[in-house]
Amino acid sequence: MKIGVLVKNVPDTETKIRLTADKQGIETQGVKYVMNTYDEFAVEEALKIRERLQDGTTVTAITLGPERVVETLRTALAMGADEAIHVDDPAFEGGDSLTNARIIARVVEPMGLDLILGGKQGIDYDAAQTCSALAEALGTAQALIAVELKWSEDNQSLEVRRRIEGGDEIVHVKLPAVISCEKGLNEPRYASLPGIMKAKKKEIKKVDLTGVGLDSAEVGASGSATRVVGYSPLSERPECRILEGEPVEIVKELVRALREDAKVL
Amino acid sequence: MNKFAMSGRRIAHIRGEKMSAYFDLSEEERLIQQTARDFADSEVAPMAAENDANGQFPRGLVEKLAKLGFMGMLIPEQYGGSNAGNFALVLALEEINRACASTGVTMSVHNSLASSPIVGFANEETKKKYLPKMAKGELLGAYALSEASAGSDAASLQARAVKDGNEYVLNGTKSWITSGAEADLFVVMLRTDPSERAKGISAFAVERDTNGFSVGKKENKLGLRASSTVQLIFEDARVPAENMLGSEGEGFKIAMWTLDGGRIGIGTQAVGIAQACLDASVSYAKEREQFGKLIGEFQAIQWKIADMAMNIEAARLMIYRAARLRDRKEPHTKEAAMAKLFASEMANRAAREAVQIYGGAGYLKDSSVERYFRDVRITEIYEGTSEIHRIVISRFLLKN
Repeated sequence: MKIGVLVKNVPDTETKIRLTADKQGIETQGVKYVMNTYDEFAVEEALKIRERLQDGTTVTAITLGPERVVETLRTALAMGADEAIHVDDPAFEGGDSLTNARIIARVVEPMGLDLILGGKQGIDYDAAQTCSALAEALGTAQALIAVELKWSEDNQSLEVRRRIEGGDEIVHVKLPAVISCEKGLNEPRYASLPGIMKAKKKEIKKVDLTGVGLDSAEVGASGSATRVVGYSPLSERPECRILEGEPVEIVKELVRALREDAKVL
Repeated sequence: MNKFAMSGRRIAHIRGEKMSAYFDLSEEERLIQQTARDFADSEVAPMAAENDANGQFPRGLVEKLAKLGFMGMLIPEQYGGSNAGNFALVLALEEINRACASTGVTMSVHNSLASSPIVGFANEETKKKYLPKMAKGELLGAYALSEASAGSDAASLQARAVKDGNEYVLNGTKSWITSGAEADLFVVMLRTDPSERAKGISAFAVERDTNGFSVGKKENKLGLRASSTVQLIFEDARVPAENMLGSEGEGFKIAMWTLDGGRIGIGTQAVGIAQACLDASVSYAKEREQFGKLIGEFQAIQWKIADMAMNIEAARLMIYRAARLRDRKEPHTKEAAMAKLFASEMANRAAREAVQIYGGAGYLKDSSVERYFRDVRITEIYEGTSEIHRIVISRFLLKN
């Protein structure tokens, strides 16, 4: 089986996100980037499939973005991926999910992948569209927000348990397919030291605009159907008031405050 | 000022941009640091307080560390190690020590003091016999130099090894042996020639189940309570001659070369504990209120935190440089001594200030800083006391 894993380099969850002065973007200075949390489940699942099949199955990690994203490919290689592809061109900058999915589709089409795994969403922009859009562009099946994969005996189809509002949905999917991964699917492994040392020696394949065979007008900001017009931070949480005293007094004061100060009653 | 000093300064200036090579992390070094950090936060830290309270050796953690390759960082790939080197080891050790100094010292001793001299000085057969198992964590390593009456004056050690055919017969007692209660393989310095001092010492790799070799009771310590410290007792214990590291009389040199690496590890331990003190202090300063405001808004607390951060940064860079020098096989005895001395003293100050910032809460077993305060004290004592390091450093400056 040939498996592709989409990985994304995103700000660490502990990073404090600040907007640029013109509010048109995020301040990248001093931001620490890591592999998108949900993509770790995707990499782990791909490695588990390879370990189960033991038939020469390959796992290729793919990412799109500037030079800094290579580190996330190295992480995927260090976890155990066989190959890595870095899709990068200045023309790709500012593209939306749909445009980026089209680029990735061009990259993976000639590879003849049986299965593409990705995180259910990037924890940076939370669009949760790339996997879906990629399946559309490739004309393959898709199953999103997977928490369990059950394979058929011939490994040509699988049942995907999807987490939906209030419960799970189980869908039968034929390969080739794109599946997005949710927390609970597995326990991602750490990148081991031998893995990291081996990853250092693996070559990362580069694909640029010419390589994907698209026109510069079809990619990046100019090729996107949506455009970000601005960002605004959440308004600060108002100060918390703690009422003290006897319960009877507190309740009286609470009702008064809800009525007169907050005006919610 | 003489002209040599001037030219030295000029060279340093020209080399300015190259200096960053000591401190910048490569892609794989960042990955190693990240793996160690994630592992420390999710696997080591949650068990640290309990292991400390129960004096429980973190056996399970050591197995997990080995599985990730952290027990074979100085072992070449052909013997099953990752050969990541001293700098990578320092990056990993800081993270593990930040979470638990007992786990940290176990990892440091195994890598720097036990595997490293075997890699450096054992014959091929011995390397093949022990190193793959050490890399896998199946053999835990320890190092035995000190004796009851040979601490700082290590060259005065008395435990004997006497040649008898193809074997050496060992007699005597070693003291203060870290990881001794659990270790499977010991690098032991013994006197083979009583007519010499330092030159009469030889180094051996000794297996735990050697007849005539036994381990004494665990010492009851102030800190590092999840790491064992024991006596080793040799009573006509027989060790094959091929288990000697280097040749007869080279043991003290091997021991000192090994300690140069170990000291970088203990300096790193100090940095890790100090970082934990700083992290705890910052978070407490941002939540504890007195006089109607956060204590972090008082300059008295701000200054303590600023000093801690500054000293940690300085110590870390000294450690980085010493580790890089060791990896490049350049002289580093002075640099390792300076780094260990500076790091251990600054870490003890950091722990004292962390307890001060916590106030009464920091004096309680419930607080992490109480453990840091106890654990950090030993860094000024083992692998060379502060006094010994000042002697080592001044020797470089005053000799000739």
